[in-house]
Amino acid sequence: MGDVKMRISGVEKSFPGVKALSNIEFSVRKGTVHALCGENGAGKSTLMKIIMGLYKADKGQIYIDDQPVDIRNPIQAREYGISMIAQELNYVPELSVEENLFLGRLPVNRFGKIDWKKVRRETIRFLEEEKLPYEPTQKLKTLTVSDIQMLEIIKAVTNNAQIVIMDEPTSSITEREVKQLFAKIAELKAKGVAIVYISHKMDEVFQIADDITVLRDGTVVSTDRAQDLDLDTVIAKMVGRKLSNVYPKEEVPIGEKVIEVEDFSQDGLFEDVNFYARKGEIVGFAGLVGAGRTEVMRTVFGLDPHKTGTVKIHGKPVEIKSAGDGIKNRLVMLSESRRDDGIVPVRSIQENASLASLRQYIYGGYTHKAKEKKEVKEMFEKMNVKAPSMDTEISKLSGGNQQKVLLARWMLCDPEIMILDEPTRGIDVGAKYEIYKLITDIVKENKSVIMVSSELPELIGMCDRIYIMCQGRIAGCITKEEFSQETIMRYATGVADRA
Amino acid sequence: MGGKTSYYLQKFSIFIVLIVLFIGCSIISPYFLQSSNLVNVTRQLCVGILVAYGEMILIISGFLDLSVGSVLALAGVLSVATYKSTGSMIAALVVALAVAVICNLVNALFVANFNVPAFIATLGMQQVARGLVLYYTGGQNILQLGGFVEIGQGSIGPVPIPVLLIVLVTIVIWYLVNNTRYGRGLYAIGGSRSAAEASGINSKKSIYRSYIVNGLLIGLAGMIFMARNNAGLPNGAVGLEMTGLTAAIVGGTSFTGGIGTVSGTIAGAFIIGFLENVMNLLGVNAYIQQVIEGAIIVLAVAFDVVSKSKKSQKVILVKEKTEEKA
Repeated sequence: MGDVKMRISGVEKSFPGVKALSNIEFSVRKGTVHALCGENGAGKSTLMKIIMGLYKADKGQIYIDDQPVDIRNPIQAREYGISMIAQELNYVPELSVEENLFLGRLPVNRFGKIDWKKVRRETIRFLEEEKLPYEPTQKLKTLTVSDIQMLEIIKAVTNNAQIVIMDEPTSSITEREVKQLFAKIAELKAKGVAIVYISHKMDEVFQIADDITVLRDGTVVSTDRAQDLDLDTVIAKMVGRKLSNVYPKEEVPIGEKVIEVEDFSQDGLFEDVNFYARKGEIVGFAGLVGAGRTEVMRTVFGLDPHKTGTVKIHGKPVEIKSAGDGIKNRLVMLSESRRDDGIVPVRSIQENASLASLRQYIYGGYTHKAKEKKEVKEMFEKMNVKAPSMDTEISKLSGGNQQKVLLARWMLCDPEIMILDEPTRGIDVGAKYEIYKLITDIVKENKSVIMVSSELPELIGMCDRIYIMCQGRIAGCITKEEFSQETIMRYATGVADRA
Repeated sequence: MGGKTSYYLQKFSIFIVLIVLFIGCSIISPYFLQSSNLVNVTRQLCVGILVAYGEMILIISGFLDLSVGSVLALAGVLSVATYKSTGSMIAALVVALAVAVICNLVNALFVANFNVPAFIATLGMQQVARGLVLYYTGGQNILQLGGFVEIGQGSIGPVPIPVLLIVLVTIVIWYLVNNTRYGRGLYAIGGSRSAAEASGINSKKSIYRSYIVNGLLIGLAGMIFMARNNAGLPNGAVGLEMTGLTAAIVGGTSFTGGIGTVSGTIAGAFIIGFLENVMNLLGVNAYIQQVIEGAIIVLAVAFDVVSKSKKSQKVILVKEKTEEKA
């Protein structure tokens, strides 16, 4: 441990009119985890693309083992022992475990025939080593996300990688799986592998990083040993200002019950789910991935069918069979998956924002375009959406700004109840803070918020009450005095059960 | 400044192509600009434009129709037969529209309710409708249509009836796409069906509506087609869906869904029409014409894809600039 494995020296990159990176300088040591922190747009991904040979730097040099290297494409990067586990996992769901594992580098004999025996043998060995209970012939789509990630890591290591870049590796796995991942990282460290770790989750960074480099606006703010830093300092460096409070929670008077969900059940997904939310209240939903939180919320909002149970709004049972029914009852839901159920990629941010409230702009046989533009614009200003114009395609914005556009979509419906499923997933610290502010503003308008989240600090910081789900059931509901990560985890893992 | 110019170049590129082509054609062939020729081109284009609108609506929302040619033949022939036995143009119109709409309702049923890919569902309908019309006529053309031909060949004053119909239909389609919730829904469904559904848009209803509109367009096109040929042709209009698809795609309708405009589609249809016309005027071999048209489709899409990826890079840069300022 200690020797420099890779050194980035004076790397600069400009795109026409914009300097994306300037004079980037830092070193990654062998057998250490080097965390790279910075807001979206700080230049992390540009830098990684340069290291992987996807972009060419205008200036500067990368050294590996003190030798200057010229990486022109990802295949060369692999030859230099650099491997990247991308945020969006790259795998072919319809192919088997072994085929995915050896994708692009299947061993062949001298007639060009694939040596399947070797593939099978090696795959079995890897699976056993990692204690993954899968068959080599199983299709990858049948595995859990975290196991697929583990396979990606195996893939990286079998490439004999000396430098492993991990981009937001924990964005879609549970806390227990994070532990597994960290154990794996420790193993890699012990083997002398240098790891570049990119994450927005500060607690994780502090758990595993040896060195922390903070990037802001395409420059290196600082590189320090992790033990010399604390959370507030890093965040302040990232955003260039001190955030007064990570969770801008304000006390709001809590009124009567607005929504009551009674005896909700759906075969194999959840059963006997009962909960309510009151005016001005932020109700949290905690639980491990697969506990059924998202499934319950989708059903309440009408996206999926339920077998038994009723939803009452203001004490009256309502029939909600589609998102349209939900919206009519002033109940809306921000989906967990921004890419699948959220944005309409090729359309403008204005159209994306007004999509759920078209009734307010298209009536009397005519589109009231000026009204639409004005109201959307006002909402964007309120939410501080940063975009070149109202006609910008939504997919061109950063994750945080996309999320704000989607929040605007639902706010324009003037809802009474907002279900927010993982509202801050995959967005940077600054944008997170803004979204917390918006949530606070929403309940100040006497609306109710139901917030599903896998980030416990966020639930504890923002909520008035937290329901915890475990294996399709509500295991417990705790109030502010009882809030603690330990209590929540006890319910979530089934150790405690009050229901 | 430069950015703005290139933005407009991008946005109106299809019309620039059209204008350049128009000027080019009038230089190459002295006959091109004659009003009789231009009226003729427009007349010829009418069927194609109607079909292109249907395809455009379907492609925007992520679907398509491969059964256009056959359904058009079936609707047209039955309409002709109705006219010959009743002498009523109204009855003929009702039959044409009803037949084409029914075929399209079947398409919609399979696409919306059974989740059969539109490609497959309408490929099946292509066979079914062609089979039905051949069975009905025994493969024989119906000749001497009498007054029926007016809808394809007649004029009101100097304006050909089909051209008049196209103008009316264009206004209706433009209105439908731009000024209704249904129209907005088309773009959203094509861009991301699950996101549209999660935003309260009823995609099944939208699919049915799109195929019904497509059916109405095809029914009308079927009558004009038969009238122009002065015959009920059970073997006619083979591959007409390709004409419609080509016009829509050349006009900038994106096959990945969520993008397309009425004005682009008209421009696309005229680009194809002018090209065909000038090649005819110059006496280019008909088979070679087909080769050229095939090449145009692929080139148009390639151009579209390339220019889009360039555009997206630019937008990101603009975004980064704004964020820097903020």
